[in-house]
Amino acid sequence: MLDLIKRYWKTITRPSAYYSLGFLTLGGFVAGVVFWGAFNTALELTNTETFCTGCHEMRDNVYQELQTTIHFTNRSGVRAKCSDCHVPHNWTTKIARKMQASKEVWGKIFGTIDTREKFVGMRLELAQHEWARFKANDSLECRNCHDYGSMDFTRQSPRAAEMHSTYLANKEKTCIDCHKGIAHRLPDVAEAKEK
Amino acid sequence: MSITAPIAPAAWRRGLRLLALLLCLSLAGMPVLSQQKKPPPEPTAPLLDAMRGTTPIDKESAAPLIYSVENKDVRRTRQYAMQPPTIPHSIDGYQVDKDFNRCMFCHSRTAAEAARSIPVSITHYMDRDNNVLADVSPRRYFCTQCHVPQADAKPLVGNNFVDVEQLLQRKPGVMGSSK
Repeated sequence: MLDLIKRYWKTITRPSAYYSLGFLTLGGFVAGVVFWGAFNTALELTNTETFCTGCHEMRDNVYQELQTTIHFTNRSGVRAKCSDCHVPHNWTTKIARKMQASKEVWGKIFGTIDTREKFVGMRLELAQHEWARFKANDSLECRNCHDYGSMDFTRQSPRAAEMHSTYLANKEKTCIDCHKGIAHRLPDVAEAKEK
Repeated sequence: MSITAPIAPAAWRRGLRLLALLLCLSLAGMPVLSQQKKPPPEPTAPLLDAMRGTTPIDKESAAPLIYSVENKDVRRTRQYAMQPPTIPHSIDGYQVDKDFNRCMFCHSRTAAEAARSIPVSITHYMDRDNNVLADVSPRRYFCTQCHVPQADAKPLVGNNFVDVEQLLQRKPGVMGSSK
């Protein structure tokens, strides 16, 4: 084993005997572009709604619930898809979240929530993960569209305007503190308080 | 070419008798039938239904406009003392089920201060024997059974409701007067 590593190390550290420097540089550059493009394309593919709802766990539970909310149908037709809220848009945080998602792949393979009963049973825990994530990043995925600076309080209902101009303005609260369960049904929250 | 099996003479006779009877009956019924075939009298006024309007029953009526709910957050006067207050804001997509009650998220006793809402009255915590419970009584859990949002919509039917206070001020002799 050690010999094998040594042999490869020698090959890698030795200068190339047959290929020109130009070929290696340009070839490396082109290969890099191709690799990077392919990587990002594959990554974006996992961000599509077709990909998310490809599994019955997502399609039959959370996706059905989303369809009744304002984030799916509304007067102007602007809508949020799964990744808009559940995957960070920033590249580094996105990669971090994608690595975390390997646990979701594990869950899919071993059928952690492959029945409605299992899903309902685990729903509170899953929801709490998302609430914690939103709380930690100051509801970044909400703010990607709902920009505080662009909010016109005078166009809001008096109640909403008052809440936003106090609690949201003084950063005491973030979006998710009040707006839980806006895109999916809420689990039994009384259970959460017991813990 | 016959597709039926040959019929025995006895059965033939029975069949003929039945046919004759049917013929007599149909002849007797002729005048009645001819009377029924007359077109029904034209309706003097077009069909008018509160929900369908003048659309005939075999046509699909145009759906009425959905009025947007009033979202002014201003408390409305109750029309009578026992009236459940109407909801002065939109409640679109509010989840009220066994898991969560979106209304009580703000209107519960403990949330009222932060949400600056009106907490539900003590009657909502009472069971039907007037025992006060720790949480909202199950029979009062589904808010929209009594409390509903309002829209500035044209009423489908008229009404001549008079507030009891105005009723009490009516002059003697007027219908509904207390004096």
